[in-house]
Amino acid sequence: MALIEVSHLEKSYGAIRAVKNVSFSVDRGEVVGFLGPNGAGKSTTMKLLTGYLRPDAGTAVVAGFDVVENPVAAKAHLGYSPEGAPAYGEMTVREFLRFAAELRGLTDPAQRVADTLKLCRLEEVAGQSVDTLSKGYRMRVGFAQAVIHDPAVLILDEPTDGLDPNQKFEVRRILKDMAARKAVIVSTHILEEIAELCTRVIVIAQGEVRCDESKERFLQRGDDLNQVFRKLTA
Amino acid sequence: MTHNPDSPTPRPGAAFWAVLRREFAGYFRTPLAYVFLAVFNAFAISLAFFVGNIYEAGVASLDRFFLYHPWLWAFLAPAAGARLWAEERRQGTIELLLTWPVTVWQAALGKFFAAWLFLGSALLITLPMAFTVCYLGDPDVGVIVSGYVGSFLCAGACLGIAAIASALTRSQVIAFVTGFLACFVLVLVGYGVFDELLSGAFATGTVEEIRRLGLWRNLEPFTLGLIDLRPTAYFLTVAFAGLGLSTLIVERR
Ligand SMILES: Nc1ncnc2c1ncn2[C@@H]1O[C@H](COP(=O)(O)OP(=O)(O)OP(=O)(O)O)[C@@H](O)[C@H]1O
Ligand SMILES: [Mg+2]
Repeated sequence: MALIEVSHLEKSYGAIRAVKNVSFSVDRGEVVGFLGPNGAGKSTTMKLLTGYLRPDAGTAVVAGFDVVENPVAAKAHLGYSPEGAPAYGEMTVREFLRFAAELRGLTDPAQRVADTLKLCRLEEVAGQSVDTLSKGYRMRVGFAQAVIHDPAVLILDEPTDGLDPNQKFEVRRILKDMAARKAVIVSTHILEEIAELCTRVIVIAQGEVRCDESKERFLQRGDDLNQVFRKLTA
Repeated sequence: MTHNPDSPTPRPGAAFWAVLRREFAGYFRTPLAYVFLAVFNAFAISLAFFVGNIYEAGVASLDRFFLYHPWLWAFLAPAAGARLWAEERRQGTIELLLTWPVTVWQAALGKFFAAWLFLGSALLITLPMAFTVCYLGDPDVGVIVSGYVGSFLCAGACLGIAAIASALTRSQVIAFVTGFLACFVLVLVGYGVFDELLSGAFATGTVEEIRRLGLWRNLEPFTLGLIDLRPTAYFLTVAFAGLGLSTLIVERR
């Protein structure tokens, strides 16, 4: 069984149908790039998959646990960084990660925090409160809390949004290092990120999956990815 | 780091304590907490001395001190409780908290008790004054203890209401104002002016029944040294109904 199994997910906000009959599955070792225009339903799909929102219909299964039926077990296997990488701004980076580790019931939280600070290159800002960090560091803090328990499933909503090229490179490098052992979904508006980072592409528009294929096939659709994107999402 | 395919499902208690500790420490991360503690103590003590005339009353008892506590809690419990959920929504961290392996109930209990303990610590700081009054007059430790228990329970009731207000909005200001207004109504029920209004409109028995829904009528027996079942149940019911309802609101999101 794949680490992520999504079938026939539906979600409406009032009259807006944000997610329509979305199905896909992700295996260990895959890094899926979630593409789609603004308002396509990428974030909403992630919120359903992580158990933050309840689907109107359909199921999401993470590491064998249905996120609605068995939310705590599913969430224990899941790392998630929501859009904008929210964090408790008044805490220091170390305190924040420590809290995440304790809440997850990790054995030896201090060691986990130290390892994660190192992995995400956050050591020099460990004592700084999250509110005072530059955007690059802030996004990495969001990433750090998502990987502190080395989860089997990693879901990142625009983890490289607004980062400078060096910071983007850094995040991708860390992600690539761990990807072989995980099922990863990354949403992005940066089409070049597909070639750099992903093994597979899912394009969503108006709440529907428009295309779900390997990176190689996707890149063969045309030389100008912007045009490919426009055609798929029209 | 090595991959651990059996990521532990945390013990429920671990999450509760982690949330409680974070939230309690959170109050002291901002200077607001110290302002809060100072305001509470300044008002608690000056109201007792200047408005309540604690000395001229001739009895060195503390019922004049506790008389104003419903007012203080009506103001300060929503002030401390406003951040419970509103701040999580504003910062977007609610999406983290609720996608970490905890139930909404564990998080809600941790938050609620942290806030209640914070209010309790404001109350504790007034203890030296209580002992001074006791020392100057005829000490009745039992009355002091029951008064403090009653005040603490009253704080919990106001916090329950504040929690509902906080669960409904992402603005701490709105949470505070609505929480305060709701508590304010419960303070007014059973107070002089409001009583007269009621007496004009209802029969005496009905007025007494309505009074019993107010904070003061329930705190009063505590200030006389009585820890009765009925007022205790009243405060705890309001506190836990508020906790439960606010949790359901967050769970539905
Ligand atoms: N809380 C909400 N209430 C009402 N409508 C919402 C809410 N959140 C999202 N929507 C709507 O649902 C649709 C999908 O939004 P979603 O945030 O999932 O898109 P997205 O693909 O993540 O977009 P972006 O690339 O801009 O982040 C949009 O039409 C959006 O306006
Ligand atoms: Mg989005």
